[in-house]
Amino acid sequence: MSPIVGVLALQGASREHTDALEKLGTTVRQVRLPKDLNGLDAIVIPGGESTTISMLLESSKTFEPLSELLADGLPALGTCAGMILLATEVLDGRSDQRSFAQIDIAVRRNAFGRQIASFETDLQIKDLEEPFPGVFIRAPGAQILNPSVEILASVKRETGEETPVFCRQENVMVTSFHPELTDDLRLHQMFLEHL
Amino acid sequence: MADSTSGSNSQVGTVRVKRGLADMLRGGVIMDVVTPAEAKIAEDAGAVAVMALERVPADIRRDGGVARMSDPAMVEGIQQAVTIPVMAKARIGHFAEAQILESLGVDYVDESEVLTPADEAHHIDKWSFTVPFVCGATNLGEALRRISEGACMIRSKGEAGTGNIVEAVRHLRSILGDIRKITQADQAELFDWAKQLQAPLGLVQEVAETGCLPVPMFCAGGIATPADASLVMQLGAEAVFVGSGIFKSEDPAPRAKAIVEATTHFRDPTMVAKVSRGLGDAMPGLEIDELETKLAERGW
Repeated sequence: MSPIVGVLALQGASREHTDALEKLGTTVRQVRLPKDLNGLDAIVIPGGESTTISMLLESSKTFEPLSELLADGLPALGTCAGMILLATEVLDGRSDQRSFAQIDIAVRRNAFGRQIASFETDLQIKDLEEPFPGVFIRAPGAQILNPSVEILASVKRETGEETPVFCRQENVMVTSFHPELTDDLRLHQMFLEHL
Repeated sequence: MADSTSGSNSQVGTVRVKRGLADMLRGGVIMDVVTPAEAKIAEDAGAVAVMALERVPADIRRDGGVARMSDPAMVEGIQQAVTIPVMAKARIGHFAEAQILESLGVDYVDESEVLTPADEAHHIDKWSFTVPFVCGATNLGEALRRISEGACMIRSKGEAGTGNIVEAVRHLRSILGDIRKITQADQAELFDWAKQLQAPLGLVQEVAETGCLPVPMFCAGGIATPADASLVMQLGAEAVFVGSGIFKSEDPAPRAKAIVEATTHFRDPTMVAKVSRGLGDAMPGLEIDELETKLAERGW
């Protein structure tokens, strides 16, 4: 039986993740309320505005039950805002912004700047032979807080510093970029292989 | 300016990153604000972005005069007050205002009929900018012309500053109804559609094939209640702009939050009912037939 993957659909680009996962033969369920969480094998938290999604998680009373599932080991993929929501620490978020603290990274929002600095670049990803098209939109950047977090890709800045943009710890994967905005399904495939 | 990345293949301002930001705003509410304090209220209420402008449309309508781009100091103040994307309006055809807004680092420029047009024939060549643009449209032809000029997001115009949803509904139904018809047309009919719509054939063919615009379509102009947001989302809008509807209402903060929640749970009337309770008075509305100026008629 194919796994049931939930895509958090409170706000943002949930449709593209749904399309990508369905192309890979997965059963997808859009998650807006606590009742949508029953029986999920994994959850995807899409790109969008992290402060908005965080507020809507609270007002729909979905934050607590999802947080418990994640703590019990529900596999998760977070892209952009999803990376922020899964991180242990949000460096410049709002004081009332909550995250699920499922991967030991500190995330800086808009680490690469405003929209005019949003960019596309070919990324070298560990375990993938061909480069992956990286689409970065007001993208966050990660700092590693625990050596058990594996860096699967990073981007070299003009300052020479390497910013991790794709990290994995146990069954939680996060990206600064948007694989769902490309036709390349390899990253979703990697996530599903780990279920 | 923000540092970019290494890698010789790194590119800014691509169509994908421009349209991609619009994709990230889907299912959200973009709120008009005129001060940093209002921007903060909007962010606290869960706005996905704010639109900085000199006066909200209801005041432009009341006071008259030429409506222009905001003071750059005000735009910067708003950028400092919030962490969400900041958009700002430029006059139709006023590419110098757009250049200034780009230099300030705004995240989206709205080439808007709410401001007084600067050019009676030409819209801005939006391809020549790194910053993405949103434009208004009342029908499919207008939407496709704006997309051909480089717009990366379309909003149905509605009639701004009225608190009256009827024009927004008309424009959404017109755009989405024509898209539905085009998907049924054969190749010969598509040539005629392109002629009737005064839109490029390539874009008409693309719409026929995909059944949607090539860029996200949001709704603006007249949204004043959570029910209005639910209505336009059910009609097919992918997100909403709320202008005067929030800060011209009796109690802006709870109304803003309620519209955000109604936009997310738009298919769930129980949720929309729950958030609609006890919000105080909505903005006073205006009858369309009694308007002196119809803003939606600006733009060509």
